[in-house]
Amino acid sequence: MKRAAFSQPLMPVALLLPQLVIIAVFFYWPAWEAIYSSFFLQDPFGFGSNFVGADNYTRLAKSSEYAKVAGFTVFFTVIVTVLSLGTALLLAVKADKVIRGAKTYRTLLMWVYAIAPPVAGFLGALLFDQNIGPITDLFAFFGYNLQIGLNYNDTAFAMIVVSVWKQIPVNFIFLLSGLQSIPVAVREAALIDNKSGTRRFWDITFPLLAPTAFFLLITNITYALFDTFGVIDIMVKGNPASNPITLVYKVYTDGFRGGDLGGSSAQSVVLMVLVLALTIMQFRMLERRIHYT
Amino acid sequence: MTKISHNKKPIRLSTVVDHAILVIGALVMLFPVYLALTTTSHDNITLSREGLKFGFGDQMSVNFYTAMFEKGGFTEQINGTKMLINSLILGVGFAIGKIVLSMAAAYAIVYFRLRFATFAFWVIFTTILLPLEVRILPSYEVVTGLGMANTYAGLIVPLLASATGTFFFRQFFLSVPEELVEAARIDGAGPGKFFIDILVPLSRTMIAAIFIIMFVYGWNQYLWPTLITTDESLFTLVRGIKQITQSVYEGNTIPEYGQAWALAIIAMLPPVLIVIFFQSWFVKGLVESEK
Repeated sequence: MKRAAFSQPLMPVALLLPQLVIIAVFFYWPAWEAIYSSFFLQDPFGFGSNFVGADNYTRLAKSSEYAKVAGFTVFFTVIVTVLSLGTALLLAVKADKVIRGAKTYRTLLMWVYAIAPPVAGFLGALLFDQNIGPITDLFAFFGYNLQIGLNYNDTAFAMIVVSVWKQIPVNFIFLLSGLQSIPVAVREAALIDNKSGTRRFWDITFPLLAPTAFFLLITNITYALFDTFGVIDIMVKGNPASNPITLVYKVYTDGFRGGDLGGSSAQSVVLMVLVLALTIMQFRMLERRIHYT
Repeated sequence: MTKISHNKKPIRLSTVVDHAILVIGALVMLFPVYLALTTTSHDNITLSREGLKFGFGDQMSVNFYTAMFEKGGFTEQINGTKMLINSLILGVGFAIGKIVLSMAAAYAIVYFRLRFATFAFWVIFTTILLPLEVRILPSYEVVTGLGMANTYAGLIVPLLASATGTFFFRQFFLSVPEELVEAARIDGAGPGKFFIDILVPLSRTMIAAIFIIMFVYGWNQYLWPTLITTDESLFTLVRGIKQITQSVYEGNTIPEYGQAWALAIIAMLPPVLIVIFFQSWFVKGLVESEK
């Protein structure tokens, strides 16, 4: 708040009201419903629901299918985060270094940000198409029969490739802007002290980039957990049962296709706790960053 | 930086490697979309018989025309033009709604003596903890219960229940020098006049930046439109991708690759062009809003 603030009593209320009403109706109400219905079991014939306590949660904890999906989600998240951050870091360091064509490279490496995840998934479906896909042809050339949508591991591979491709631009934009915000004086001093480019990178550039990298780490985890929904939905081609899916996708299939409202809500609540933990981590880190500077 | 007088030196090997890595990266980014473009230029029988082609054929205008102006095919009732209009309504409506709501809320929080300002801030703040995806089923039930399924309002308004824009403007308003509001008050300007005559003109670049980010975000929405619009006349292009995939991969006839990819290209084009042409605003909006 500013020191010289206005003191009209009603105006700020009127200004805040639209935002607060929308948040109350479309955020707090559904969030509460999710928590509430996670303690109930829906009657299969649609005659109301019964309070079952923590049954939905114990059912989840015991479910081997849920464990499998959770396992894949962790694997998928780690791989997508590491590969897209790593590739973007390499590209950002090079784009920061070159003098000629720097702007053109920046444009060519960031525009994919604007492509929607399901459209990216559709591009993947084209490249990995069973009959006409060039990547499938490439694998066939080396004697491997790639079967997306039929073979669990093949689909997982294609999903990872598409999700990484889609995520590189965001990481690239942030890392490049992080690199460019390192003061010229610091770079020049490092150049005088140390001739080796690799040493300079790990001793000077990388630590200065660490706050950006940490922020991106959380962003990438959130992306892999939630925003890849579109990629997955297109690439499983209507057959999620025999294909790899993530936890968020399971919330959707169990709730909308399986009609298991209680189970789906319990899964939602588990994810809520996960996001909460991630956000708290992020803010604790931000606080520390503020103390540094 | 080593930008100091390199002119007379011969080209170094490391520079060549740097450029090679960047060129490969750029090609990997371009390749899938290039292939999608060539796909729109061939007829369906050729594609299913001979596989994807790396060169352009002569069917492009036919495929785009069919996809954009003829009904039927992927959806029964609407053509690509109608989907394009729906996408624009979602993208622009979401961006404007976001800017209006969040500027108003941020103005109230930053510039007024308000007892529950901190409370309001936390109520808004909490929304970043739970993305729509984790509360999707109850959100669907609430919106359907309110009779908002298959309406533009039901499509746009629930997406507005988040804090991102409010934070962005709050940060920006806090960075505006205090002297401005003091001077305005001494001159007798009220909160309305100060907002319209001073704060909005000062925020122009910020508004443009956030508009671009939010337009792309709204245009690219998928899960929510898939659930809430079952009426085909409300389908957006990105929502339509699901129908298109189903007809290409789950149908029995020869897949209509050409038309399918024509629609997918139209679904990417507006956000991609905006991001490229307004690049500096876009990057500013993205990097600033995440701080």
